[in-house]
Amino acid sequence: MEKSQFQNPWFPYLLLLPQMGIIAVFFLWPAAEAIKSSFYLEDPFFGNATFVGLDNYRDALSASDYKRTAWFTAIFTVLVSVLSLALGLMLAVSADRVLRGQSTYKTLLMWVYAIAPPVAGLIGVMLFDQHIGPLVDFVAIFGWEMRVGVNYWDTGLAMIIVSTWKQVPYCFIFFLSGLQSIPTSVKEAAKVDCRSETRRFWSITFPLLAPTTFFLMILNITYAMFETFGTIDLIVKDQPGNSPVTLVYKVYRDGFRGNDLGGSSAQSVILMIIVLLLTIVQFRLIEKRVHYN
Amino acid sequence: MKNLKLAAAIAAAVSCGPALAQTEIVWWHAHGGQLGETVNSIAEQFNASQSEIVLTPVFKGGYEDTLTATIAAFRAGEQPNIVQVFDAGAATIIGAQGAVIPAEDLMTQAGVEFDANNYISGVRYFYADSEGKMVGMPFNSSTPILYYNIAALEKAGVEPPKTWEEFESIAPAIVDAGYIPLAQSHSPWIWTENFHSRHNLPFASNNNGFDGSDGTKILVNNDAIKMHFSKVKEWLDKGWYAYYGAGWGDNQTPFENSEVAMWLGSSGSFGGLLNSVDFEFSATYLPYWEAITSEPTQTFIGGAALFALTGHSDEENKATAEFFKFLSSTDVQKFWHKETGYVPITTAAYEAAKAEGYYDEKPQAEIGIKQLSLPSGDNSKGYRMGFYVQIRDVMNREYGRIFAGETDVESAFNVIEEEGNKLLDRFSKTN
Repeated sequence: MEKSQFQNPWFPYLLLLPQMGIIAVFFLWPAAEAIKSSFYLEDPFFGNATFVGLDNYRDALSASDYKRTAWFTAIFTVLVSVLSLALGLMLAVSADRVLRGQSTYKTLLMWVYAIAPPVAGLIGVMLFDQHIGPLVDFVAIFGWEMRVGVNYWDTGLAMIIVSTWKQVPYCFIFFLSGLQSIPTSVKEAAKVDCRSETRRFWSITFPLLAPTTFFLMILNITYAMFETFGTIDLIVKDQPGNSPVTLVYKVYRDGFRGNDLGGSSAQSVILMIIVLLLTIVQFRLIEKRVHYN
Repeated sequence: MKNLKLAAAIAAAVSCGPALAQTEIVWWHAHGGQLGETVNSIAEQFNASQSEIVLTPVFKGGYEDTLTATIAAFRAGEQPNIVQVFDAGAATIIGAQGAVIPAEDLMTQAGVEFDANNYISGVRYFYADSEGKMVGMPFNSSTPILYYNIAALEKAGVEPPKTWEEFESIAPAIVDAGYIPLAQSHSPWIWTENFHSRHNLPFASNNNGFDGSDGTKILVNNDAIKMHFSKVKEWLDKGWYAYYGAGWGDNQTPFENSEVAMWLGSSGSFGGLLNSVDFEFSATYLPYWEAITSEPTQTFIGGAALFALTGHSDEENKATAEFFKFLSSTDVQKFWHKETGYVPITTAAYEAAKAEGYYDEKPQAEIGIKQLSLPSGDNSKGYRMGFYVQIRDVMNREYGRIFAGETDVESAFNVIEEEGNKLLDRFSKTN
C-alpha cells in the first residue's frame, strides 16, 4: 500500500480539526474546569473561590451515604447493562427468525427508543406509583406490597426496570443489524455441520456478534452510569429521601439543586477516574477476546 | 381576550406618546399551571394599572431550577430584575453579598412608601436580616397546618387534636372508625423547622443563623425532637401514622382518598384540596407537645419571596420598587390569597378579606394566618442556613431510615447533626 495519500502532510490534521475542536470545547475544557473547581469552595453568585485543597474530596468520600450510593451504582450499572444486553439480543434473535410481519415486530420493538426520556420516565413512574400504579396492583395479587419511594429495594428495582426498558431497543437495533450482517453462506454451512440451534447460536452467531456486544457493553455502562439520572429523579419525584440514588444523581443534586459547585466537581472527578479505569480494563482485558473481521 | 388587552395596552402606550419611554422589567418565577396563570394575571393587572412600566413574568421551572438559572444569568451579567427564591434557598441568595438590593432599601430609595409593620409578623422576619430589615419581599407564603376529614372524626366521635398528647388519646378511636389517623407531607419543614418554632426551641446557633454563616451550628440533635420522632416511629408501628415517602403528593393522596383522617400540609394546599376532594374538611393549628411547652408559639412561613437583583439602572430599580408596592397592596394580596390559598402578607389585606366575610364562608382559609399571628418567641422567626437543600436531603434520608427501621432515632440525629454542621461549615467558606 502506498504510504501517503495526501499531498500535504498537514492536510489530515486539518480534516481532524473540527472533531478535535469539538472534543476540546465540550470535553477537555469542562473536564479541566471541573478538576480546577474541585479544589475550591465557590460562592455561586460571584465565583469568589477559596482554595480548600483536598477538602472537597475528603468530604465527599467521608459522607455517611457515599459507600451505599457507590454500592448501589455498581449493582445498578451491572444489572442495567447486562439485562438490556441480554433482552436486546433475545429479542433481536427472535425478530430475525420471524418470517411473516417482521417489520411490524421490528417497529414495535424499536418504538420505545423514539420516546423522549422524560416521557418514558413518566410512564415508568406511573406504572410503579404506590397509589395508582398498575404494576404495583399486579404484584399485590402475589402478596407483595411494593412501595416505590418508601422501600429501598422496591425503589431500586423500579429504577432498574425503567432504565433497562429504555435501553433494550437500542441494543435490539444493533444486534439485529449485527445478525443480518452474518453471511448466509456461513449460516448455511453451520446448519449442515450442526443440527442443534442452540449450539449453532453459541458457537457461530454469538462469536460473530462479539464486536457488537463489546461496543454495546461499553455504551450500556456509560448509559447506566451517566444518562439515567433523569429517570431516577422522576422515580424519586425530586425528593430522594431514603431511596437509592447513583453517584451521578448525587453530582447533579449537589451541583444543580444545592449550588455546591466544589463538592459536586470533586464527586464528578472521582467518577471520571472510575470510568477511566473501567474503560482501560475493558479495552485491555476484554477486547483481546473480541475478533473483528 | 388577551388580544384585546394587548391592543388596549398598545393603544395606551401610543396615546401617551413617545415622550414617556417605558421601563421594562423582568420577573423570573417558579409557578407553572394554575398558579402560573394567577402570576401572569397579577403582572397584567400591574401593567394595566400604569403606563410607565412594562413587567414581563417568565416561568423558569421549579424553585431550584429558577435559582440555578438566576445564578447562571447573574454570572453572565444578564440577571432579571426580580427573581422568586424559595425558603431553603434564602441563605444562598441573601448570603451572596451584593447580589440583592434589600426590598426595604429598594423601596425607601425609590421614594415608595414602605412600613414593615404593615406585614403580618410571621411573614415579616423570615426573609429579613438580623436587624429585621426585609431583604426579600414575601410572595407566596404558607405555613403548616392540620387538615382533617370532618366525617371521619365524627364517625370516631372525636375532636381534632390541639396537642400531640390529645392525638395519642384519639388515635385508637380513629383506627376503629376505619381510617389511618395521620399522614404528613414534609418532615423537614413541618416536623423539624416548624417543630422548633412552634415550641420556641433554638434550631441553630448565631440567632438561628440570622447573624451570619460564620460558626453557625445546627441544634437539631435535642431531646425534644428526638422524643417526637421516637413517638412518630411508635405511631407508625401501631398504624396511627402512615409514611408514603419523602414526596409531597404521595402523602397527600391518601387523605384525598379518605384513607387517612388527618393530614399535615400547607395552608397553601387549601385551594387545591377544595377542587380535589368530595368530602367536607376543615383545618386547625399544627399540634404541639404539652410535655415540651405550655405556651406554644407561632410557626413561620414556607413558600418563596421575591428578590430585587443588583446590576440594573436606577430607573429599573424604581420600577421594581413600584411593583413591590403594587404587590403589597390590599387588593392584589386579597386576590392572591383567595385565588391560591396562600396567606396574605399584609394585615390590611387580611382585615379586608375578613370584612368581606370570606372566612365565614371558608373558615379553613384563615387558620394559616391566625397561626402565623400567634404569640412569637425568640426562636419562632425561622432560620437561615446555607446549603440547606442538602441538609433537608440528609433529614429526609435519615427520617426515611428511621421509619424503615434501618436506624434508630439517636443515631439518625447524630448523623443529621454531623453532616448538617459539615455542610454549614463548607457554606461559610464560600462567602
